[in-house]
Amino acid sequence: MEAKAIYARLESQFPGKVGGFKEDVLEPYCLVDPQAIVEVCRFVRDDPALKFEVLSDLTALDWPKDEKIQVVYHLYSYAFKHQLVLKADLPRDNPAIASVENVWKVANWFEREVFDLFGVIFEGHSDLRRIMLPEDWVGHPLRKDYVEQEEYDGISTQRAPLVEKLLR
Amino acid sequence: MKPLLNSLPETVFTTKVDDLLNWGRASSQWYMLFGLACCAIELMQTGGPRADLDRFGAVPRATPRQSDLMIVAGTLTYKMAKRTKLLYDQMPDPKYVISMGSCSNCGGLFQLAYSVCKGVDKIIPVDVYVPGCPPRPEALTEGLLRIQDKMMRERWLVKPSRQEEARAGA
Repeated sequence: MEAKAIYARLESQFPGKVGGFKEDVLEPYCLVDPQAIVEVCRFVRDDPALKFEVLSDLTALDWPKDEKIQVVYHLYSYAFKHQLVLKADLPRDNPAIASVENVWKVANWFEREVFDLFGVIFEGHSDLRRIMLPEDWVGHPLRKDYVEQEEYDGISTQRAPLVEKLLR
Repeated sequence: MKPLLNSLPETVFTTKVDDLLNWGRASSQWYMLFGLACCAIELMQTGGPRADLDRFGAVPRATPRQSDLMIVAGTLTYKMAKRTKLLYDQMPDPKYVISMGSCSNCGGLFQLAYSVCKGVDKIIPVDVYVPGCPPRPEALTEGLLRIQDKMMRERWLVKPSRQEEARAGA
């Protein structure tokens, strides 16, 4: 199914909860109301005309100027070989969204990664802790305003003097 | 052997015995398998038949308890840095460290990343730095030979004060 038709189907199913459809990009996307993310996801997975069985990727974007963090869901259907991208805008000071772990099990690790690097809280997640960085890490490094600590666990983060000079 | 350690004045006897000990030690450096990234491929290549580290008596060991030499090959992250320190502490003395490649020398290409340790010398003492990204097997072999040179200069029987004098003189 074409992205436009998928979007039309979503819009008729969830009026007011999906919008901002953009087609003339590499991967067409639409915006989803964060409150409705789980029901939209469950619908696109179970609907016999869509059958998005796979969550290929779940990631996030940080937009400091717009004061938002955008969570991105890349979906794919093996049955119909079509794809869709869903985006949900969250407030930057308190980003929280419902977990889609119960829709696609793979979301467990994806959401842990997004929590690790962006600090997005996924409500209802069964085991929300850091996945790659050490557990005593301070901050979420993929946020644009992340400041590197002076040292990590007694190890200095100083670079060679020339590099420090170039960075400044 | 133990009562003689660091207790004698420097004589022909002590230097010859020391040379013998050092010769044995330098000719059987067992290095710990410590590949962290792409440098590990070159490390394997160096251990392979063409460069053949084995001809210097250097054989890989899979445990720090049996190793004399740690070749830190690859990008060191902060998460790994803590484990590296632990493994280094588990190695028996005397122990030596080769920092192989730009990444373990200073963080290299990835030093701007938040998670990469800016050089293995921030956590453990390093004897030889091998530059390169990654270094060729010849370069790593050169590093191993420099470690051998360093081992041959060690003094085990001579009193510490004389050792320090010798070091200051050299």
